[in-house]
Amino acid sequence: MKKKIKIKINGKINKIDDKTKLSDLIKNLKVPLKKVAIELNMEIVNKKNLNKINLKVNDKIEIVHFIGGG
Amino acid sequence: MKKDNLIISKRKFNSRLIVGTGKYKSMTECAKAIEISGANIVTVAVRRVNITDKKKPLLMDYIDPKKITYLPNTAGCFNSDEALRTLRLAREIGGWKLVKLEVLGDKKNLFPEMIETLKSTEILTKEGFKVMVYCNDDPLMAKRLENVGAAAIMPLAAPIGSGLGILNKVNIQIIRDQTKLPLIIDAGLGQASDATIAMELGCDGVLVNTAIAKAKKPFEMAKAFRNAVIAGRQSFLSGRIEKKIMGSASSPKKGII
Repeated sequence: MKKKIKIKINGKINKIDDKTKLSDLIKNLKVPLKKVAIELNMEIVNKKNLNKINLKVNDKIEIVHFIGGG
Repeated sequence: MKKDNLIISKRKFNSRLIVGTGKYKSMTECAKAIEISGANIVTVAVRRVNITDKKKPLLMDYIDPKKITYLPNTAGCFNSDEALRTLRLAREIGGWKLVKLEVLGDKKNLFPEMIETLKSTEILTKEGFKVMVYCNDDPLMAKRLENVGAAAIMPLAAPIGSGLGILNKVNIQIIRDQTKLPLIIDAGLGQASDATIAMELGCDGVLVNTAIAKAKKPFEMAKAFRNAVIAGRQSFLSGRIEKKIMGSASSPKKGII
């Protein structure tokens, strides 16, 4: 069985397989990639490089989009 | 006749009314109010995606960013770092460079924190952003924002969401006289006539959210603001008469019986 690790997505702790690719995580979350921006440990991730990033323990991911605001 | 467009960073817009997309009862109501208002630009906020409830409607499904210009804002940011982070993320979503900077200083009155705002404007401008800056109505600060490269000066009329209208017309007039940058009244308008006054002072546009979204009839109010901005602009361009203390009769004296 694959080792599980804890990461934070939008402030909430999630358990995922160790070395999950960021691209796979986004796919599993069913996030519309064209309408969001992704940050990994406070740094913006170029969406072209998502499959080159293996997630590791305690990574912090933020996925944001536009909502109504003034 | 030359078309009277609103021009911001060389981009032309037909409407001088910018509307916010917050505080509406639903996305449908928001989208309809925007359509009625005739606005070409809407402000939007950057927030976390709800990853547990995927059925939540997305703003982009209701308001097409290809038809309406999204103006990402930094509402809710209380320092320069938060604001920079937010706008860099906004740019990443879809290549938005025209942005609204809003760094707040106080949770109650929501007045802008101008030192942080000035600092952020300078950094963002150097990074290639076109920064429309929410600011207080201080002419000296407006000048400093202009000096560090702001794309538009957006002084408040009154505290955000207060509906008080333009509290300091003299300051707005002074800012108008000193700058050629787009001057847009942002925040604090309560009713359509407030927008007319802003336009008559020579402002290039107004930004309205609460006054429309929280009106009893938002669609009617969206229409009222649309008309008010047009009326105010026409009035400004027409050159008002001088103010006098004494009366001046409208009918000729000659031929009085």
